[in-house]
Amino acid sequence: MPFAVGGDPLLPVDVAEVVAADLKRSGRFAPLPRQDMLSRPSETAQVNFRDWRLVNVESLVIGRVNRTGAGYTVQFQLFDVFRGVQLAGYSVRSDADGLRRAAHQIADIIYETLTGEPGAFNTRIAYVTVAQLADGSRRYALEVSDADGYDPKAVVNSKQPLMSPSWAADGNRLAYVTFENKRSQIYLQNLVTGQRELLTSFAGINGAPAWSPNGRELALTLSKDGNPEIYVMDIASKQLRRVTENLGIDTEPAWAPDGRTIYFTSDRGGSTQIYRVAATGGRPERVTFEGSYNARATVSADGKSLALINRDNSGDHIAVLTLQSGALKVLTDGRFDESPSFAPNGRMIIYATRTANRRGVLAAVSVDGGVQQRFSAREGDAREPVWSPMRQ
Amino acid sequence: MNKWLKVGLVLIPVVLMSACGSTGAKKAAPVTGGSTPPADTANTSPLDNNGGAGITPLPQTGGSASQSVDPLNDPASPLAKRVIYFEYDSNNIRAEDRATIEAHAQYLAQRGNLKVTLEGHADERGSREYNIALGERRSNAVKEVMSLLGVPAGQVASVSYGEERPAVLGDDESAWRMNRRVEIVYAGQ
Repeated sequence: MPFAVGGDPLLPVDVAEVVAADLKRSGRFAPLPRQDMLSRPSETAQVNFRDWRLVNVESLVIGRVNRTGAGYTVQFQLFDVFRGVQLAGYSVRSDADGLRRAAHQIADIIYETLTGEPGAFNTRIAYVTVAQLADGSRRYALEVSDADGYDPKAVVNSKQPLMSPSWAADGNRLAYVTFENKRSQIYLQNLVTGQRELLTSFAGINGAPAWSPNGRELALTLSKDGNPEIYVMDIASKQLRRVTENLGIDTEPAWAPDGRTIYFTSDRGGSTQIYRVAATGGRPERVTFEGSYNARATVSADGKSLALINRDNSGDHIAVLTLQSGALKVLTDGRFDESPSFAPNGRMIIYATRTANRRGVLAAVSVDGGVQQRFSAREGDAREPVWSPMRQ
Repeated sequence: MNKWLKVGLVLIPVVLMSACGSTGAKKAAPVTGGSTPPADTANTSPLDNNGGAGITPLPQTGGSASQSVDPLNDPASPLAKRVIYFEYDSNNIRAEDRATIEAHAQYLAQRGNLKVTLEGHADERGSREYNIALGERRSNAVKEVMSLLGVPAGQVASVSYGEERPAVLGDDESAWRMNRRVEIVYAGQ
């Protein structure tokens, strides 16, 4: 259901609209359109629960936005309409640019109060964009935006490909791959200071960086010893530990949240499948069995499921594998769906897909496959989205 | 089973201060812009300029009267072909491409100061990092043939761009077969 808002035109952000869009995108809420509301209370005394029971609303949020100094204070209350009681009430302060973020924080509180699970609206995504220039060259950028796609900012620009962003657990740093020196290299970049550090520049592939859950190590793919293998690098000492040893392709490492297991893509068995191995090395074990091609796994925050690319006759789709049962559920029906990334609360997956005219766009789907939403880059194609950890 | 919770949301903005227009320009958010790559290849100058003295080395030795053209610049030479194509998910060199690789290998083996980069590429299907690995397999396959034909390893660099730099945009086999390739790129060209 759409959610209509008649906000104050003087406010830069329609807070109610942002909160409603967040909740709706989660697939677990159906905000009431504003024109269907029988009243518009903003204070407890104005609330008539009968107005809301009549339109079958279970929960009601009312709120007020006040300017305070250079910023704002947003007060809101959440009510259980049928019991007629308040479930939550908070005052959220924001600076002049922070009203949208305040709205995401409010959506998180409402979500957690009503579902018992943490929300993931006040988070960010990183992704790569590619624009074709008039002279035939390409411009690549690594961008960071709010989780709903708003407020994008380029943190790296290059005329050569940028790839494979990975968030540090603190949400302040990204690892990524560049080709700006005509070879693949892995950089680490601090998003707060803008400073970056060249981490690896070995002969051959320097790819697929994946920050370990404790933030001290990076799993990566290197082919310096002949063919692509998974390694783990201690970031402070730069010391490398080789994890796989096989003549096939081993790449796309993904950490389990306990930091003890690494999932990866390999064609060692003939077809391309997901395997897992102890992060200290050892004998890998095959994890996927359905379909001729499974790749680019990522692990949910609870460690119980993988999101991955699964191929069938109609193309590459996003699927979720429940590790304990081995059940594979295909969530999307595009031909070129790729790069799945879980929201930090595990309820949604963001991924890259294509429009009918081949434009690369980002899409989010709830893990039960219910709700889908797309958003595109400011210009060109968007790809390789990765969802940030929870803000700390 | 997935219960849809209905929420009525009302937020009435109460602007206390008499606002003078909008709240002003947005200042930089925590994410900083900034970091520009130090050496973007498009901006660097070519490596192989022939010094600054204006001396041009003669391309031939001995007393041949005929003007010899560098076969690298001869469109009729087998060296004019610089792209090797591959089947899907394969790094097998096709029989019809052997002569091309041999011609380049022979040319390189005779010119120890020349360097090439073998750029491996993949089509867009499959994951991006897997395709980086696939592109490297292809460039290594070409490199191996050159090595067997006597080209020292130091003359041949390889880099895989996976699916990141397609030669042709398109989502069917006619585009994909042009993108599964190794490009032989001579230094300075």
